[in-house]
Amino acid sequence: MIKVSELTYSIAGTPILHDINVTLPAGRITALIGPNGAGKSTLLHLISQQIPFDRGRITMGGLDLAKTTAPARALKMAVVGQQLGVASRIRIRDLVGFGRWPYNHGRPTPKDQEKISEALSHFDLIGLQDRFLDEVSGGQRQRAFIAMASAQDTDWLLLDEPLNNLDLHHARCLMTQLREKVDREGKSVVIVLHDLNYAISWADHVVALDKGSIAFEGPLTEVATTDSLSALYRTPVVFGDLAGKPFVQYHR
Amino acid sequence: MADGRVRHWRAAHPYIATGVGLILLAGLSLFIGVGQLSFAALRDDPQALQLLIISRMPRTLAALLTGASMAVAGLILQLLVRNRFVEPATTGTSEAAMLGLLAVTIWAPSWPILGKMGIAAGAALMGTVGFLALTRRLPPEQPLLIPLVGLIYGGILGAAATFIAFQADLIQYLAIWMNGEFSGVLAGRYELLWLAGGLTLLAYLAADQFTVAGLGRATSLTLGLRYGQVLALGVVTVALVSALVIVTVGMLPFIGLVVPNIVSRIMGDNLRESLPVVAGLGAGLVLLSDMIGRIVRYPYEVPAGTIFGIFGAVLFLRMLLGRRSHA
Ligand SMILES: Nc1ncnc2c1ncn2[C@@H]1O[C@H](COP(=O)(O)OP(=O)(O)OP(=O)(O)O)[C@@H](O)[C@H]1O
Ligand SMILES: [Mg+2]
Repeated sequence: MIKVSELTYSIAGTPILHDINVTLPAGRITALIGPNGAGKSTLLHLISQQIPFDRGRITMGGLDLAKTTAPARALKMAVVGQQLGVASRIRIRDLVGFGRWPYNHGRPTPKDQEKISEALSHFDLIGLQDRFLDEVSGGQRQRAFIAMASAQDTDWLLLDEPLNNLDLHHARCLMTQLREKVDREGKSVVIVLHDLNYAISWADHVVALDKGSIAFEGPLTEVATTDSLSALYRTPVVFGDLAGKPFVQYHR
Repeated sequence: MADGRVRHWRAAHPYIATGVGLILLAGLSLFIGVGQLSFAALRDDPQALQLLIISRMPRTLAALLTGASMAVAGLILQLLVRNRFVEPATTGTSEAAMLGLLAVTIWAPSWPILGKMGIAAGAALMGTVGFLALTRRLPPEQPLLIPLVGLIYGGILGAAATFIAFQADLIQYLAIWMNGEFSGVLAGRYELLWLAGGLTLLAYLAADQFTVAGLGRATSLTLGLRYGQVLALGVVTVALVSALVIVTVGMLPFIGLVVPNIVSRIMGDNLRESLPVVAGLGAGLVLLSDMIGRIVRYPYEVPAGTIFGIFGAVLFLRMLLGRRSHA
């Protein structure tokens, strides 16, 4: 599990996150939800040590993440950020291949090749593998980055709004892949989601952030209620049932 | 596996093309110039052999090494700054190196060339770090701002160099450093360039690291790259190469800009694949410029830097205008 204790972070005196205490359970899909600007991306950046913080502690299975080196962390967690601006021209297959770089440092073994091909086919990139990153669509590029993180095959996978540019078919495929990683391989996933229907359909655990603090957190079925979600987004959210599956309606 | 074979062939032919091109150019280069040289003469005339060993061969090698190392320096800089429009001549690196050279020329004129080069490299390093610090403050959505700021920054450093050189009566030195040319290259006067060639090889060893760094800081970190170290390695390489080239043959603008862009268009930015071609194309184009410079106003010579400047400017404009599809 990842344990965040007494984490406080501010930019130029403005508090962004204050006194965060939360546990992200291992072997689960944890949905990180909350309004724009709540601090979800910031929290992911802090957990993945992309930005330094001065107050608080983040541990993974008892290991203080701030004391680990980047190469060691790359074997434990993979991260896909919200902004994927890319200036360089890399072929999709090479990009996904770099997911194995933490292990092989450029000398791919047959096992690496296998993982790369697997990731390419799981994210429907086989037909695009020889294309350059700047010659595919936004959603295709996003899938390439997710495939890279998937090939990295780490215990933890942190995804910041991965559904952003995906069509409904690929969004559902991604969630299926994540579910399999968790259920079959025992991996742990933290995923920032805005579409509550994906959260209630796929996640086990919810962490809700609001204005830099934890609004509520816990197992999905216990904490995600009409009241809690409506209050979080300051918008009426109604739980319902559609074709035998839970459904939330907040569209109008 | 016909598909695999096609892929292999497609992967191999840029290397074959560059290799064959380089060998042909280098062979031709040995026989072009003011002193007449022919195969027959080489056999009978000991002086012809002298000419070959003392002048033509060093000159050819100098052009090749300069071209290769400047092109690779440009490529590294572009990946680290994550901007296609930078090279040592548009980031203040060259101008800073010249300031360093001026300083040693004024205060320690008797220093050995290696010492002077060291000071120039140190100054180039500071200049480049200064540029990187500046670019940190620029909005990433405006890619053309970076080269623009670099040109202004380099302009300021260049103006300072001109002012100091003027005061110290060293303007003619500045002119030599600024206009890259190979007519003065003789055995014993270009060997520092092998160091630049060596640095290019070193950069190749770190090719993957630079490629990953080119994907940005966030991706680099998640892949476990020691981003700071790679950045430092790249900046030191660029500064050293620029200083070495300026000290031995003078600045050759546009090579570091144009060559990586051409190769990137064709092969992409996976350095492990593209770096040898960038080096080869840089070497070939500089040598070709030097050869054209030896021929166009025969028996006079036009500096290679001038010839490439014309080429480079045209190619660069095409590159800028051909960007439509990428916006
Ligand atoms: N560089 C910065 N300087 C000042 N404030 C910042 C900076 N970056 C982010 N913030 C602020 O930090 C807060 C948290 O931002 P963050 O990106 O973590 O939000 P988020 O929950 O991911 O939002 P979204 O759903 O829009 O992605 C926001 O209020 C934002 O305005
Ligand atoms: Mg965000």
